[in-house]
Amino acid sequence: MSSLDTASEAPRPSLPDLFTGFLKIGLMGFGGVGPVARHIIVAERNWLDDRGYAELMGICQALPGANTVNAAVMLGDRFRGGVGALTCVFALMAMPLLCLVGLANAYDAVSSHPLAQVALTGAAASAAGLILGTAVRLLTRAGLARWAWVMAAAAFVAVGLLRLPMLPTLLVLVPLGLIAATLGARRV
Amino acid sequence: MERGVFFQLIVTFGTISLMAIGGANAVVPEIHRQVVDILGWMDAPTFARLFAIAQTAPGPNIMLGSIIGWHVAGTAGLLVATTALLLPSCLLALASSRGLQRFGGSRVVRIVTLALVPIALGLMLASGVVAMLAADAGLVGYAITVATALVTYRSKVNPLVPMAAGTLVYVLAWSVGIA
Repeated sequence: MSSLDTASEAPRPSLPDLFTGFLKIGLMGFGGVGPVARHIIVAERNWLDDRGYAELMGICQALPGANTVNAAVMLGDRFRGGVGALTCVFALMAMPLLCLVGLANAYDAVSSHPLAQVALTGAAASAAGLILGTAVRLLTRAGLARWAWVMAAAAFVAVGLLRLPMLPTLLVLVPLGLIAATLGARRV
Repeated sequence: MERGVFFQLIVTFGTISLMAIGGANAVVPEIHRQVVDILGWMDAPTFARLFAIAQTAPGPNIMLGSIIGWHVAGTAGLLVATTALLLPSCLLALASSRGLQRFGGSRVVRIVTLALVPIALGLMLASGVVAMLAADAGLVGYAITVATALVTYRSKVNPLVPMAAGTLVYVLAWSVGIA
């Protein structure tokens, strides 16, 4: 984990630094915060180098929850402890939540109007396409082993088609995945 | 009644928080199952519309939970649902971060990632299908979903662009009476 400490050469960011950095990430992340987060954490604020950032994201991917939220917790804690983690998560969520309240109130104001319902139905159909397209792109580029394709298919069929509850599905699939990953990793 | 709603928001989203491998895009089917099928807080089209609004806002994609909280119990519901979604996974991230710094364990991280990524991607695909069916937008809607998926798959355009285009096409189709 040594490369996670690269920022030790640079001065440790202060709480206001962390706050403004993550406020910006939250505000600029229209349509996905990933690229913005990387730009601000690595290029603009120099909190981590490329390798440190990749390592951080690797850990975030292994945890439940949005990657950027996990990154906010881990960076905040590393630089400024628990208070830092809280500061980063609050800064990250503040502006998006305000925007969401604004959008929700706008929706409330027009929701009885048929045109608004129609527009949002169209938006919902597109939003579903966004997720499908992203999923297919990631699936085709992840370089999955054969067992991993089976796991992905099993998760899709169980939750997407059979509409099984998620908790028992995960309680079966995650241990199987861990076993397969351990055996696969040993072979490499 | 009010207190019951808040309690239910905490239980539902607190559990979902720890199941959201790869973020909220993995748990759309479970949120749908809970809030539409089990709790009956809304019908499927309303769920799809809230989902669309959450996708339009900036920020991390866990905000689907936030807007559902808002829908069932206003601003207080939004705050309760958001906190319930954030707290468990953030505490786990905090504990993992500290544990990894103290004990190392990049091999464990690698194996967990290898195991979870394919499951997360299968769940994301499931989320897309469930969201598409919930939108219930007919043949024109399916066509828009497929077209948006193709654009997203092939290009790196900002997601708001295909979303705006899809919305416009659907409104036009509706105004000429084919949707």
